[in-house]
Amino acid sequence: MTINVILEGVISFLLIAGGIFVFIGSLGMTHLRDFYMRLHGPTKATTLGIGCILLASMLYFWGAQGKPDIQEILITLFLFITAPVSAHLLAKTGLHLQLPHVDKTQGRPFELRDEEIGDKPVPHPDRGHG
Amino acid sequence: MIAAVIPVAMALFATAALLNLYRLTIGPDIVDRILALDTLMINSIALIVLSDIWMGLGMLFELALLIALMGFISTVAMSKYLLRGDVIE
Repeated sequence: MTINVILEGVISFLLIAGGIFVFIGSLGMTHLRDFYMRLHGPTKATTLGIGCILLASMLYFWGAQGKPDIQEILITLFLFITAPVSAHLLAKTGLHLQLPHVDKTQGRPFELRDEEIGDKPVPHPDRGHG
Repeated sequence: MIAAVIPVAMALFATAALLNLYRLTIGPDIVDRILALDTLMINSIALIVLSDIWMGLGMLFELALLIALMGFISTVAMSKYLLRGDVIE
């Protein structure tokens, strides 16, 4: 098992970069104030970090065993496809549950008007109250 | 060089997992807890891959793929249940 020095440096850099990215993602999920802010950390930084780690693993076993492995590409592709889907579903769930947000978070998509709550009857746009 | 770098990366991932556990414990809403569990699954995949490099096995990728699949499916199922009141309509 002999690995080139340059390849070893690249693998070490990717491992450290992936660890720092994942740590920043979890730190953002812990310390931000709002669910809509907290959703940003794991969906972007953690996905990039896990991509770095799997790329480092693929390079290591390529250098150690002499033939490239396809399974890491499979895991990376699966994670990169599924992370936006789960983030989208979680954001829709948060909007549906009407989670509280701080004032600096922009967008007020779910504020209902008075007539939608049922305070006064809504006239039909063509026929009026008939 | 790799043998010196892997414990540092493992320490970073373990600290990230502890932060996820903190958010999972204090999470003010259930969606925060779902997000923390999803991130914990991804961190466990990274720890499995790192220990695979550390031990030099090269045979733990099926386990990582299985955990990735289970994490995604459980996140989607819980989100759909909270969103629609039913998992499969």
